[in-house]
Amino acid sequence: MVAEFENVEVTTDLLIVGGGMSACGAAVEAAHWAKMNNLKVTLVDKAAMDRSGAVAMGLSAINQYVDLNSGNNTLKDYIDYVRNDLMGVTREDLVANIARHVDSTVHLFEKWGLPIWKDEEGKYVHEGRWQLMINGESYKVLVAEAAKNALAELGDNGEYFERVFIVEPLMDGDRVAGAVGFSVRENKFYIFKAKAVLVCMGGAVHVFKPRSTGEGLGRAWYPPWNSGSSTYFTIKAGAEMTCQEVRFIPVRFKDAYGPVGAWFLLFKSRATNAKGEAYMETRRDELEKWAPYGKVKPVPANLRNWLGMLDVMEGLGPIYMRTEEAIGKLAENYKDDPKAYKKKMKELEAEAWEDFLDMTISQALLWAATNVAPEEKPSEIAAAEPYFIGSHSGASGAWVSGPEDLQNDATKSEYFWGYANMSTVKGLFCAGDASGASSHKFSSGSHTEGRIAAKAAISFIVDNNTQPNVDMAKTEDLKKTILKPLELFEENKGKTTDPNINPNYIRPKQFMFRLQKIMDEYAGGVTSQFTTNKALLDKGMELLNFLKEDSEKLAAENLHELMRCWENVQRMWQAEIHVRTILFREETRWPGYYFRSDFPKIDNSNWLAFANCTWNPETGEWNMIKRPLKYLTQ
Amino acid sequence: MPSYVNPEKCDGCKALDKTACQHICPNDLMVLNKDIEKAYNQEPEMCWECYNCVKICPTQAVEMRSYADFVPLGASVTPMRSTDSIMWTVKFRNGTLKRFKFPIRKTPEGSAKPDGEFKSGTEDLKSPLLFTEPESLRLPELAKI
Ligand SMILES: Cc1cc2nc3c(=O)[nH]c(=O)nc-3n(C[C@H](O)[C@H](O)[C@H](O)COP(=O)(O)OP(=O)(O)OC[C@H]3O[C@@H](n4cnc5c(N)ncnc54)[C@H](O)[C@@H]3O)c2cc1C
Ligand code: SF4
Ligand code: SF4
Repeated sequence: MVAEFENVEVTTDLLIVGGGMSACGAAVEAAHWAKMNNLKVTLVDKAAMDRSGAVAMGLSAINQYVDLNSGNNTLKDYIDYVRNDLMGVTREDLVANIARHVDSTVHLFEKWGLPIWKDEEGKYVHEGRWQLMINGESYKVLVAEAAKNALAELGDNGEYFERVFIVEPLMDGDRVAGAVGFSVRENKFYIFKAKAVLVCMGGAVHVFKPRSTGEGLGRAWYPPWNSGSSTYFTIKAGAEMTCQEVRFIPVRFKDAYGPVGAWFLLFKSRATNAKGEAYMETRRDELEKWAPYGKVKPVPANLRNWLGMLDVMEGLGPIYMRTEEAIGKLAENYKDDPKAYKKKMKELEAEAWEDFLDMTISQALLWAATNVAPEEKPSEIAAAEPYFIGSHSGASGAWVSGPEDLQNDATKSEYFWGYANMSTVKGLFCAGDASGASSHKFSSGSHTEGRIAAKAAISFIVDNNTQPNVDMAKTEDLKKTILKPLELFEENKGKTTDPNINPNYIRPKQFMFRLQKIMDEYAGGVTSQFTTNKALLDKGMELLNFLKEDSEKLAAENLHELMRCWENVQRMWQAEIHVRTILFREETRWPGYYFRSDFPKIDNSNWLAFANCTWNPETGEWNMIKRPLKYLTQ
Repeated sequence: MPSYVNPEKCDGCKALDKTACQHICPNDLMVLNKDIEKAYNQEPEMCWECYNCVKICPTQAVEMRSYADFVPLGASVTPMRSTDSIMWTVKFRNGTLKRFKFPIRKTPEGSAKPDGEFKSGTEDLKSPLLFTEPESLRLPELAKI
């Protein structure tokens, strides 16, 4: 017998689901406007806000600071950078909206106590044009602290829940009405009723098979705890989704995925192949094929990946980050001053190690375990498996309204429908990885977008100040479905001598491995060198359909495993929408992220457009939609 | 076994209503074995080696043994986190030792003021200005394209 689950009902005005960068930004902004309008704000996170989400370990850089105040950059500069990096496919209104506010958020971070590096003149130290160096071990702790303090200022009207895993949206016709989930600590089923819901549950990892499949399975570049909850939640609400083909593949130090930004940007290091050739130089001609984007500076992230991949495919690996060469060059500047040289080296060493210790401690462990002295020998870099992270260099997420005041005549009818960052579902807002077509927001831009979305959501609530109706019979059905894996396990566990091997159910880990194998082999993962075609994708879809049927047989021994079951159902939906969208876009636009061998070229005349889709909650049907691209800057 | 617990040091956080490592792990991995009152990592292959359990443990009972499927044995990376800085000790397989100390915050714990003491420039919900703007932008107004 499965134990009873108590229902916990929480009624609120704004519900923020997730507790990461965008959710914390949302809490801070929402609290201010909610206080003015006497509204309630509730936040719910599957983990502890102090250390949840992609910034749980810390970061060593703030990757979006537009520095408008210095006059060195304009808004248009940032928009151009993002549009080019995404091979033309981006919502300039969304990018511009974040970019015009992001500096304000970074200044708040500094006030909260985040140590941002400064030079002798008191100016921020840039890693690259848009990146600031920080001592970011406690970045997330600080951001969570401000969010909690903001909610506390609301008294009874501010509340947060930790260790509650959100599964499904609640709907009232075409308007969102809340969310349901369960505690991973006690037998409690949560029913949140809200006038607006802001989705901030991050991106997805472990949809594709990672390179390490033993103990190192969890050492993906992207943190194993974000499982596509945002995508699942928004699809299930019936929201239109965008850019679901635009996965992200980072090239990082091999195996531990330590950051390379400081080495490339700060230390000016090169990457070379087995013959000592730099693919960025030897393969320059290849960039012509991907014009006009191949010709811009900086070269788009996917094309940089692509040039390195061509070397790997020709058997010219390993690819090395030439740390020894970079340090040697820096040393040359000091050849007449050994004392200054020693000081500079000490500084560089601390900077290089801090880069790892602040955000990828595994890399420090790997270097220590392999006795790496970067001034003596180079270190291998490699492309990781694909991830879904619309806030970084990917673009997947929900299709959301832009702000009214930034639209022009051409964009307004396509990109604006009332409230900034509202999806196509009434009252359902998205930010960070949850909102699409607005890449390169990173930690600071995600926080900022959370703020923008929260203010708009409060505005929506003031304009639509009625509590949507929640059909409690439907909620009870959802409860049964969500808890079913516990029941399946209890009923069947005694039928074999090993609870892991049982014909009546599938446990979430094996389910995840099955998903990863399908995606890896058919949808262009690591082992197929990120290449796929229609026949492979169709076959993959067939196998995904069996998996979908078997998802009803997922079994869970305890609450932790129940969470794993639903995480993997969410990953499966992320996989399906990805495969469908890659199939829909009949071209190769982002080589280096994926390559369609049956459409090996970029096709600007047909596909300089958004590939969107919706899933109909009534019929279960998918509808693929091509949406026009309209720029603000041209 | 990415993070592991030294049984001699772990006291099961007996003074608290929940254990510190279980409270903090973003992936819900650390659990208490109630029979022996000691914590362990219940799913080491899902560990990100984020070190949050290591940093928070009041008795320094949690350590890291790198992923055995690709990391040679013998190295260690050990943090000591205080209220304003963190000290790292990196021990190499060949015995080399390195120490680094970095600041982690410049304000007292708990003191983060949501508005950063920036004034609000508008009371209008429909205005594109966020609540600390324009002051927090350090610009007179929002930038235009
Ligand atoms: C390895 C790595 C390195 C990066 N480096 C940098 C950098 O140097 N500089 C930079 O600026 N940016 C960097 N980024 C990007 C930055 O971390 C992200 O852009 C940002 O965290 C996105 O914010 P978010 O709110 O969308 O998601 P997250 O911050 O990941 O938050 C997601 C939240 O949702 C919660 N959640 C998930 N599922 C559920 C569920 N079902 N129910 C309830 N809650 C749930 C999580 O617990 C978490 O609180 C990096 C990202 C990664 C992965
Ligand atoms: S935090 Fe430390 S002392 Fe407390 S239960 Fe975990 S390992 Fe044991
Ligand atoms: S290192 Fe991080 S992911 Fe691993 S058990 Fe500790 S807190 Fe959890």
